[in-house]
Amino acid sequence: MLIIPCPHCGPRDEIEFACGGEAHIARPLVENKISDAEFANYLFIRDNTKGLFLERWHHSAGCRKWFNLARDTFTHEIIEVYPMGSLPKKASARTSYSSSWRRGTLAEKAAKTGKHSQTEGRK
Amino acid sequence: MAQNQPDRGQRGLPGGSPRYSALALAKKAMNYHQDWQRAWRDPEPKSEYDAIIIGGGGHGLATAYYLAAVHGINNIAVIEKGWIGGGNTGRNTTIIRSNYLWDESAAIYEHSMKLWEGMTQDLNFNVMFSQRGVLTIAHSEHELREMSRRVHAIRLNGIDSEILGSAEIKKFVPTINIDQSIRYPVMGGFLQKRGGTARHDAVAWGYARAADDLGVDIIQKCEVTGLRRQGRKIIGVETSRGFIKTKKVGCVVAGHSSVVAAMAGIHLPVASRPLQALVSEPIKPILNTVIMSNAVHMYISQSDKGEMVLGAGVDKYNSYAQRGSFSVPEHMLAAAVELFPVLSRLRMLRHWGGIVDTCPDASPIISKTDIEGLYFDCGWGTGGFKATPGSGHVFADLIANDRPNKIAAPYTLDRFSSGLLIDEHGAAGVAH
Repeated sequence: MLIIPCPHCGPRDEIEFACGGEAHIARPLVENKISDAEFANYLFIRDNTKGLFLERWHHSAGCRKWFNLARDTFTHEIIEVYPMGSLPKKASARTSYSSSWRRGTLAEKAAKTGKHSQTEGRK
Repeated sequence: MAQNQPDRGQRGLPGGSPRYSALALAKKAMNYHQDWQRAWRDPEPKSEYDAIIIGGGGHGLATAYYLAAVHGINNIAVIEKGWIGGGNTGRNTTIIRSNYLWDESAAIYEHSMKLWEGMTQDLNFNVMFSQRGVLTIAHSEHELREMSRRVHAIRLNGIDSEILGSAEIKKFVPTINIDQSIRYPVMGGFLQKRGGTARHDAVAWGYARAADDLGVDIIQKCEVTGLRRQGRKIIGVETSRGFIKTKKVGCVVAGHSSVVAAMAGIHLPVASRPLQALVSEPIKPILNTVIMSNAVHMYISQSDKGEMVLGAGVDKYNSYAQRGSFSVPEHMLAAAVELFPVLSRLRMLRHWGGIVDTCPDASPIISKTDIEGLYFDCGWGTGGFKATPGSGHVFADLIANDRPNKIAAPYTLDRFSSGLLIDEHGAAGVAH
């Protein structure tokens, strides 16, 4: 059983949480034309790290807020908890972020390099 | 589809040396069973093989066996990090069935079922395959209606399946509680009579012995540390016991599929999760079939030794730790005790977790990759044991001919970009 340190409610039992899987997956913008295979990298392909893994959790039976966790998938040790939309601060977790294969995918680049933002595109 | 029999290989008499028979047993008894030979050798790895199978679980050993028996490729090695059958092959609840909804799933699991039905004879090794039936229970009207739709689809594929009402279930399984006032009442269910269980260790040992008999090297305590490539071609594997040359590598490593794939720069849609199971102290026979419940993620059967074997759903987070969270079996046991009040004072003896490789569409990957000579058979998730012979059979065919056959073709890795998914989530009474 994991004891998960919710950034808002403090340490709570794992049964109060839902796991949202790999963190930091950016959706490619609509105006970026990438291939189906590249889009699959965003939609289906997942990092499945043995070791330090950055993942999203939801305190579904508590404050109902999302947050990120840096957790070792082999020892289950929780290294760091950090808010959505930010990067981890610990060096090992930072390395885990920057060394992920995902950083080099076209899908991720297509999430950042669009000329217009998604909201502008809808106008 | 149901009429086609799989090619079991041209081996003459069912193999295995020494031959196992009642006579051999009596003879060896004279010498207090001291002089049984090893069931398989413990060879040093050769410098080169025609094909290497990574992973000595049931699927890997079956692949090696069918490569040798059906395709005549004998110069192969199975490389196993630990000991054979020590991973998920020895960590499941041994349930076998082929009652899946979609045609693609029905094809592969029924292919497997036919191989199960002759396996003991094929391998000359008693795998204790027992077709005691698998009964999946519905706990609501809606679930029962959905179930009858599935039963008809399954029957159209030529696979046996029938709907039972709660009274019929009570008649078939006298220990079950069909009181309608419980949290998960028994509203009905569907039964595959040809389903059942087998002895999981015997499956690994039987395939190992028969493959070894055909010249396959089974190399245990040998960890693959890298895949050596020349451009987009495989030329060998780096192992803890040195480099081994080969042109074809089949990866059948379940929970560690992503780890091995990463060695070749391939990324899979797989998430490795713990799947837990537990067994009780042995008791007298009280359960004559396998009971599954989709709604409460529970399955239960009684082993030939008398232990109650219980399995739960997967844990919710990625893990490689071969253990899960207590809340999962606790939830499952609460439902089990309600359905079978006779279990309430039973003590549990052993509890374990296996790391299963789950796919987004809950269907496996049996596929070539964009690297020549590298093949993957993974993503079996929570339902791999029942597929052991079928998976090995079609994967051997893929490796031997470098193209998937009709059964394996839908399970390509490309389906995650083409969108041709085989969405089996909860589709056939399985606790995915």
